[in-house]
Amino acid sequence: MKRRLEAVILLLPGTLWLLLFMLVPALLMLYLSFLQRGPHGIPTGPLTLANYLRFFGLEEGGFDPLYLVILGRSVAFAAGVTLLALLFGYPLAYAVAKSRYRETLLLLIVLPFWTNFLVRVYAWIVIFQRKGVLNAFLGALGLEPLTLYPSLTAVFVATLYTYLPFLVLPVYTALERADWSLVEAAYDLGANRWAAFRHALLPQTLPGVFAGVLLVFIPALGTFVISDLLGAGRVVLIGNVIQQQFGVVRDWPFGSAAAYVLMTLVLGGLYLYARAMGERGLERLY
Amino acid sequence: MRRLLALYTLFMLFFLYLPIAVIVALSFNQSRFGVQWKGFTLTWYERLFSHPRILEYAENTLVVALVITAIATLLGTLLALGLYRYRFRGRGLLFGLLYVPVVVPDIVMGVALLLFFAWLRETLGFFRLSLFTIILGHVTYQLAYVAIVVLGRLATIEPELEEAAADLGAGRLATLRYVTLPLLAPGILAGALLAFTLSIDDFVITFFTAGPGSTTLPLYIYGSTKRGISPEIHAMSTILIAVSTAGVLLGRLVQKRR
Repeated sequence: MKRRLEAVILLLPGTLWLLLFMLVPALLMLYLSFLQRGPHGIPTGPLTLANYLRFFGLEEGGFDPLYLVILGRSVAFAAGVTLLALLFGYPLAYAVAKSRYRETLLLLIVLPFWTNFLVRVYAWIVIFQRKGVLNAFLGALGLEPLTLYPSLTAVFVATLYTYLPFLVLPVYTALERADWSLVEAAYDLGANRWAAFRHALLPQTLPGVFAGVLLVFIPALGTFVISDLLGAGRVVLIGNVIQQQFGVVRDWPFGSAAAYVLMTLVLGGLYLYARAMGERGLERLY
Repeated sequence: MRRLLALYTLFMLFFLYLPIAVIVALSFNQSRFGVQWKGFTLTWYERLFSHPRILEYAENTLVVALVITAIATLLGTLLALGLYRYRFRGRGLLFGLLYVPVVVPDIVMGVALLLFFAWLRETLGFFRLSLFTIILGHVTYQLAYVAIVVLGRLATIEPELEEAAADLGAGRLATLRYVTLPLLAPGILAGALLAFTLSIDDFVITFFTAGPGSTTLPLYIYGSTKRGISPEIHAMSTILIAVSTAGVLLGRLVQKRR
């Protein structure tokens, strides 16, 4: 009896909070995604699939892939950012793990990452704008100025910059935990540098790589702030579509449907990941 | 190879610090437009502090973050203890809910909370978007992060210690007070620090749950940026950079002491 009371005291407050402020809002949004935008933007019934049909371009009057194109662009964008984060981040994690000054280097890598998110994004406007730092530098070299703000390139660079540490840290942790004597053994067996890395080290760090990939891909897929600020309205990703429906457009049912499509995409991907990695796959994230 | 790695590290550090260095340097630059160095000045800091409401925004940010940290740390720690100790129906679902903030893009949770608060306002009539709704929304997020961090720490505590305390006649509360909590303290502290930092840093949840009159510093930066960049924003960013840097270094120092 006492045990039961204790369990209730420990579990109830947090559980209630999560149910009330996470599950209920999510269910409410699911319900809303089957309604329609009424006059003055107030959602009304009857229940309909129209929002989802519209998202997938299957409205009356023919196939219109507008939102599918945006979704595809967002996925390609997030995949591109993730790939570059991997190409730049893995060597960085490796260099830190091999360095004599790994403590200091790790601190140096983490520091900018604790700087306010918005400040970091804002800084790239200052760099990329027409009379910004980059063009001042190019001008000093006698080169033509570039018009990178607003542009998809600017959004891409800022997103990569923002989420790169999310990849470096888990990969570094994996490298630190790895059994490096296997690499020695590979050398002893006559492997060259690449073969030793490929067969003795890389497989050991894959859980860290997967975790890092997810931690970069998911926020990159859902971003609307970076595309909004550095794209200045010209770069539209799925996050911007959702934000606009809840902002200026005020079509909450369609916004809800778009949010659910995004969430389903992410959770579906995670499900595949969990199946590929086994039961402990998700816990490895942290 | 070593030299190549060192060179590469330097290049990446340049990339990581370039934006920050640019902002800090420009905040002391006399030139209002453009990036040419025209001499050192503190004008932009004076202008920033003479902004009539900037201190109010800073206060909002800090109060929200402190309240959130307190609630989220308490609820998250309790939840972690409960999840760790008891096996019950729905435990898996609860674990799943904890990982929602980690795996679902924050914009999805942000708009869901916006809908929820709008709906509450319609049915209850008094639920206006304000600092209060920002807090409600954030705690949901940070509570999950605290619970995950504390669960991680709990996994490293040997159950024998708690059993030994019980064998020595300590009651459940005494065991919690003198054995479990002291062992857990670093985890709780780490969770609280994470919650505090994430909540100061957060923009998306705040953006969707804030109402008129509840502007925080990130919201202010966002609003100003949409109107174009300005040296006052450089100055404020520099202050934020200084604060977070001091925070991280302080955290390191505390860790080293242990």
